[in-house]
This record gives sequence, C-alpha cells and structure tokens, in this order.
Amino acid sequence: MRATNNHTNNTRFTAAYFKREEDLLAATREARTKGFAIHDVYTPYAVHGLDEAMGLQRTRLAWIAFAAGAFGLFCGLLLQIWTSAYDWPLNVGGKPFNSFPLFIPVTFELTVLFSGLIAIGVLFLRNRLWLFKRRRVFERVTDDRFVLVLRQPDASFDAERAVALFAGHQALNVIEGDEFV
Amino acid sequence: MAMAVEQLQHLIATDHPPHPVVSPLREPLILGHKGAADVTEDIGRLLENPPGRGWWLLFAGAVTLLSAGLVAITHTITTGIGTWGLNKTVGWAFDITNFVFWIGIGHAGTFISAILFLFNQRWRTSINRSAEAMTLIAVMCAGLFPLIHMGRPWLFYWVFPYPNTRGSLWVNFRSPLLWDFFAISTYFTISLVFWYLGLVPDLATMRDRVQAKWRRTLYRLLSLGWNGSHRTWSRYETVYTVMAALATPLVLSVHSIVSFDFATSLLPGWHSTIFPPYFVAGAIFSGFAMVMTLMIVVRWAMRLESYITIQHLDNMCKVTLLTGSIVGLAYLTEWFIGYYSSNPHERYTIINRALGPYAWAFWTMVTCNMIVPQFFWFKRARTSIPLIFALSLLVNVGMWFERFVIIVTSLHRDYLPSSWAIYTPTLTEITIQLGSFGLFFTAFLVFLRLFPLISINEIKGVLGYARHK
Repeated sequence: MRATNNHTNNTRFTAAYFKREEDLLAATREARTKGFAIHDVYTPYAVHGLDEAMGLQRTRLAWIAFAAGAFGLFCGLLLQIWTSAYDWPLNVGGKPFNSFPLFIPVTFELTVLFSGLIAIGVLFLRNRLWLFKRRRVFERVTDDRFVLVLRQPDASFDAERAVALFAGHQALNVIEGDEFV
Repeated sequence: MAMAVEQLQHLIATDHPPHPVVSPLREPLILGHKGAADVTEDIGRLLENPPGRGWWLLFAGAVTLLSAGLVAITHTITTGIGTWGLNKTVGWAFDITNFVFWIGIGHAGTFISAILFLFNQRWRTSINRSAEAMTLIAVMCAGLFPLIHMGRPWLFYWVFPYPNTRGSLWVNFRSPLLWDFFAISTYFTISLVFWYLGLVPDLATMRDRVQAKWRRTLYRLLSLGWNGSHRTWSRYETVYTVMAALATPLVLSVHSIVSFDFATSLLPGWHSTIFPPYFVAGAIFSGFAMVMTLMIVVRWAMRLESYITIQHLDNMCKVTLLTGSIVGLAYLTEWFIGYYSSNPHERYTIINRALGPYAWAFWTMVTCNMIVPQFFWFKRARTSIPLIFALSLLVNVGMWFERFVIIVTSLHRDYLPSSWAIYTPTLTEITIQLGSFGLFFTAFLVFLRLFPLISINEIKGVLGYARHK
C-alpha cells in the first residue's frame, strides 16, 4: 500500500477495462495469485472485497482519528481547566473553579471536532486530493467502467499471459502506456 | 504486445449475461433494472437541464420570504429587541422556539447518514445526500436566531474563548448556553465535512460529464482530482465509517445540550431530567417529517420515483412512528411526574398548559405529535403519498408548537404571580420566522441545482441489492 506513488517514469502499464464488478474482482484475484504487480484498480464506487483481492493492508487512518480525538479531549480539558481555575478564576454561583463535570459537554464536542477534521485532513493529504489537482482519469471510470492496471516492472512481464487473463474475465479492452497516474 | 492485443479482440466476450434474477425475498432498493450508466445519466441530467417553471416559481416565492425576513432582521438590529413581543417575564419566545425547531429539523440528516449507515440500512443511500443538505441549511437557519437575539450581533465573537483585552476575561464554561455554541458549531462543521466527503466521488462523475464551462470548473475544483483509485476508495471508506461513528454520538449530544438550556434551569416545566432523550427523539421525529415532506415533492417534481420508492417512504414513516411514540410517552411521563411530584408549581404548570391562555397551542401539539403519527401503524397510511405528505406537515406544525409550549407556557406564569404576563408575537417576529423558511427553501432549491441530490456512487453500490450473485 505504501509504494503507490513511487514508481519511476519509465515503468510501463497494462490496463484492462471491465463492465461488471464480478469480472473485475475475479480478474484482480487471479492477477494477484499469478504474481502480477497490481498498480491500482479504478472503480466508479467502492467495490467491497477488492481490498482482499488486491492484497491491500489495512489503513491506519482509524488510529489517526483516535489519536486526534484523544488530542482534542486533552486540549478541551486543558482549555477549560486552565481558563476557569487558573488564569482568571471566577466564582459562578459558588461552584468550584474546576467544576469538572460541567466541562464534559465542551470536552466531548472538541474531541469529535478534532477527530473528524484531522481524519479527513489526513485522508485528503494521504490520497493527494486537493483543490485544483488534476489527474489522468480513465474513460468512463467515474461512470460505469472498471479498470485494472498492472505494472510491468521489468522485461519479464509476460504481456500475452496478462492479456489471456483479462480475456478470461470478459475484459472489454486492453491498453498500454506509461504514467497512468 | 500488438499481437497479443489482436489475439484478445476475438477472445473478448461481446455478449454479457442478462441481469441476474431478482430475489423473491428482498425488494430491490432501486426500481427499473437500472445499470450504473443509467444512474449517472438520471442524476446528472437533473443538473444539466435548465430549471423548469416550477423551480423558478418556488425559488421566487422563497426569495420573497427571505427578503421580507431580511427587512425584519434589519429593523430588529437597527431599532432593538423591543420590536419583538418579549417582555420581562417572557424573555424567550418566537426566537428560541424557531431556534430549537430548526435544530430539530437538522437532526434527521445526520441520523440518516451516520446512524443508519452504522446499522447497515442500505435504503439510506437514496435520501442521505439531500437529507444532509437539509441538515446543514436547517442548522444555518437555527444559528440565525440566537445571533439576532444577542441584540448586538456584531459582537457574537465574544462567545469564543479567545485572549482579549478585558483581562483576559474568559467565557463561562459552566453555562449550557456556551455548551450550545460549541455543540452547534461542531455539529455544523462535522456535518459539512461529512457531506462534502460523500460528495467528492460524485463531483468527479459530474466533472467528467458536464459541458457547461462554469460547472466543469466548479466540479474540477471541488472533486480534488478524484479518479476512482481503489487505494483511495479503501481509505475513504475507513474514514467514512469513522466519521459515521463520530457523528452518531454527536447527533445525540447536540439536542441533549439544547435541552440543557432548559433542563438546568429551575423553572417548573423546564427543570426535568427527561429532557435530553425527549428532545433527541423529538428532533429525529420532526427531522424525518421534514425529510418526507421535501422528498415527496422532490421525487414528484424531478421524476425520481425509481430512486425514492414507496419502500423508502414506508421506512421513514416507521422511524417517524417510533420516535413520535417516544415523544408521546415522554409527554405522558412529564404530566405524570408533574402530578406525582406533589409540587404545586409543577402541577400548576401542567394544568396551565392544558387549560390556560395557551391551551390552543398545547392541544395542537398533543394532536399533531401524539395522535397523528399513530396513523403510521397502518400500511395503508405508510404507502399513500398524499396521506404521508399531509401527516408529515402536521408533525412539523406539532413539533413547532411543542417548543412554543415548552418555552412560553413555562415562562409566562412561574413562581411569582405578580410577574405573570402574556406574550403575543409581533409582526417583526412573524416575518423573521417566515424569513427563516425563505432561507431554508432558497438554499435547498440552490442545492438541487448545484450538486447531485442523490449519492450517485452509493446508489451504484446498491444496484446489486436483492439480485442473486
């Protein structure tokens, strides 16, 4: 999962178009078992089961969200206790300066706010999604086509085997090129 | 390679098996044997076609209301809160009623997008996008009221805990009104980014198909270079689930905190531990009623009957029935506890609500919130569109009156009979309220023209639902 964007410029790619999700899944599974290097798969919606078919590692983004939430919780408590009990203690209706149970609502809101914003921010950065970003988009892939892209790491790449594999799963078309992404 | 590709040409199957058979056990979520390309076309076309006469008529009406509201708000700000019918006894009335009403409406969107997502209710895909948009707009309408009620809205930033030249004198973190500020701003922010996250793949779909130049630029800008990579999708799905898990307690917290505005005071009729769950149920109840009202109009006007099916309306009616019954039970509990407390002030508040000068509001509330949703026990009511439309409108009326009853009847006669007073709204207040409806509908109509109102990518993911694999 890590090495997505690190390929060199002279790497060539072979891409196959599919019409149906089932064919794409089967082709991806077979490509992986046959030892092809799967560059990426492009789909119009999140296809379930593709993580396993591609052999992707689980993302650590959920842990980042958790850590961000913990940070938000800490900041929320710190802000309230410091302002209310240390920086300028105010007597409000005889309540203790550090009236912890009354700080829970704001602490909770800040936990959620930090966790959500940081998780989405990291997601966009990790996927290199930002304003004005331009990328090659395979034809109709945001509509109804599925594309499986194999990397050709060296001369040992067997194009005929790859094409036969695609054909075995009702591929619609196969194209070759460099720098797909 | 050229040879291999040639070889492929005759190997490739040109014929695909027809659509698999539909399961006899599960109804498909989307009717009409749609394929992925049909979904893109059906939803995309709605944005590309010029708006019809109906849209312009509604838009003109909404903008008129909004303009009237802006005039009334200007009048309030330049003259003062004295332009409202508030007095020393009734310090909160139309403004806070509208605030709680709109916040309540704003609960359905995130309920649908987050809680139903975690419960794997896949029918949510047809309605979540527009329900979330409705949520965002309703929260904006809600935020308007406390803002103008401040009297000096240009000093609104005083509610932020920022270092200042007054000492630094900090905000009071023990006050539910401040919690409210944090809850609603967090709710708005998280709902906005959650909604946007769901929109990104659809904006890419629109970017790749629209012709109009300004739309292309808008969608190119906002789709962040999305190209459907599964490595991206995989992380996206994880974060979407995390956001749903975060938004779930958030939905429950927001109306709980709104209810603390009342429950932590000592006023009879407000000082009650039942308020948080009672308010949350009421919020989802009113929110779903508003979603149904809007969706019935939208599916009819935009011919989306195959996407927003009678099954969807049926499910929403069931949620309305459940939450409406919780609200009804909460009313009964409140009345019983009022009696059982043996506290003369509590008892008087309940009796005054039912028989006092605002009895008409109370009985409107009881009829619309306790009786009306009970019709949804019947399948016939849940599948008759005119009936659902009428009942959901009545629920909206009822929930507005619930907030009015809670706020005004508790305040106008409390512990001190010498301070008892009657509240009557002024024309300014009524116009501001109409203006908030104007803002709501203006923004919703603009949303319908600007963004795909149904989640294209999620619908494609559920097309296979109920088909044998």
